[in-house]
Amino acid sequence: MRSLVATCLLAILVVGFPIPRAAQAATGDPARGEDIYHRCLACHALNHNSVGPRHCGLFGRQAGTLKGYSYSTAMKKYGVTWNEETLDHFLENPLKAVPGTKMGYAGVKDAQERADLIAYLKQATSDPKICN
Amino acid sequence: MTIARLSPTPDGEIRRSFLTGFGKFTLSATAIALLAGNERLALIGSASAQTANNDVAILNSALGAEQQAIAAYQLGAESGLLQKPVLALAVQFQGHHKQHADALAKAVQKLGGKPVAPLKDYAFPKDKLKKEADVLSFAASLEKGAVSAYLGAVPILTDRELAKAAASILGDEAMHWAVLRQALGQPPVPDAFMS
Ligand code: HEC
Repeated sequence: MRSLVATCLLAILVVGFPIPRAAQAATGDPARGEDIYHRCLACHALNHNSVGPRHCGLFGRQAGTLKGYSYSTAMKKYGVTWNEETLDHFLENPLKAVPGTKMGYAGVKDAQERADLIAYLKQATSDPKICN
Repeated sequence: MTIARLSPTPDGEIRRSFLTGFGKFTLSATAIALLAGNERLALIGSASAQTANNDVAILNSALGAEQQAIAAYQLGAESGLLQKPVLALAVQFQGHHKQHADALAKAVQKLGGKPVAPLKDYAFPKDKLKKEADVLSFAASLEKGAVSAYLGAVPILTDRELAKAAASILGDEAMHWAVLRQALGQPPVPDAFMS
C-alpha cells in the first residue's frame, strides 16, 4: 500500500500538473512583472518619452501613433492595437514581429515572464498616480 | 540615410537596400575593427541587407540609451546633490558612456546607417531627485536597464565581433551598477545572473 502511494506520488512528480501550469502561464503576476520591466528602463519610462515611447495609455492605443514620438516607418505601419495578445506577440521577438522596428532588443522569450510583464504594464500604464 | 528608409516594408526600398548592401558590408568590417579596437577585419559571410539593417537598429537604440545616460549623469553632477567621492564616480562613469556612444555612433556610420541624435529634453523625473540617494538610485536604474538592453542586443547582433563589443560595454555598465548599489548601501551584486 505504502509503495502504491509512493508510486502515485512519484508519477505526479514526474508527470507534473500540466493543466494548472498552462493556466498559470496565461495569468501574469504584476509584482514580478514590475521587476521584469526594469529591463526596459534604459529605453522606456511610463510617463515620458525617452529612447522609446512612453508606456502610459498603452492598452487600446494603436501601435506607432503616440503624438510627439518619432516612430520608425515599420512601427507606424504595424497597425495592431496594443492589448495582451498583441503585446505578447511583439515582446517575444520585436524585430521579427515588426521587421524594421527601431526597438533593437531581442525580446522576452519566457512566456510566463511576458505574462507577468504584461500584467504589470496593464496596471501601471493606466494608473492615475503614475500617468497624468 | 535614415533607418526608416532602410525599412523593408515598401517594395522599392527592399530593392534599394539590397542593391546598396554590398558596399555596406565591406565598410562594416572596418566598423567591427573600430568598435572592437581590433585591426583584423572580420569577414562577413551570408548576412543579408535586412540583418545589416537590424544591426544598425540595435546599435542605434543602444546609442540612444548611452546618450540618455550621459544626460542623466550631467543632471546628477549639476544637481549639487552628489558629494565628493560619489561625484567623481559619476563624472568617471559619464566619461565611459561618452566613449561607448562614440564607438556606437562610428559603428552605425560604417554600417551605412545614420546615428541617432541625443534628445533635446529627456524629461527626467527631476522633482523626485531630492537627495544623493535619489540620484544614485536613478542612475542605478538606468545602468541596470542598459545592461538588460545589451543583453537583448548581444544574441541578435548578426555580426559576432559587434556582439563581442556590445558584451564588453555590458560588462562595464554592470560594474557601474554594482558600484552605485554599493554606494547606496545595497548588496552590490545581488544575483548570479543578469536579466
Ligand atoms: C534598446 C532600447 C529599448 C529597449 C531595451 C526596449 N525598448 Fe521598447 N521601444 C524602443 C524603441 C526605440 C521603440 C520605438 C520603435 C519603433 O518606432 O520602431 C519601442 C517601442 C515599444 C513599443 C511600441 C509602443 C507604441 O507606442 O506603439 C512597446 C509596446 C515597447 N517598446 C515595449 C517595450 C518593453 C515592455 C520593453 C522591456 C521588455 C522594451 N520595450 C524594451 C526601444 C527599446
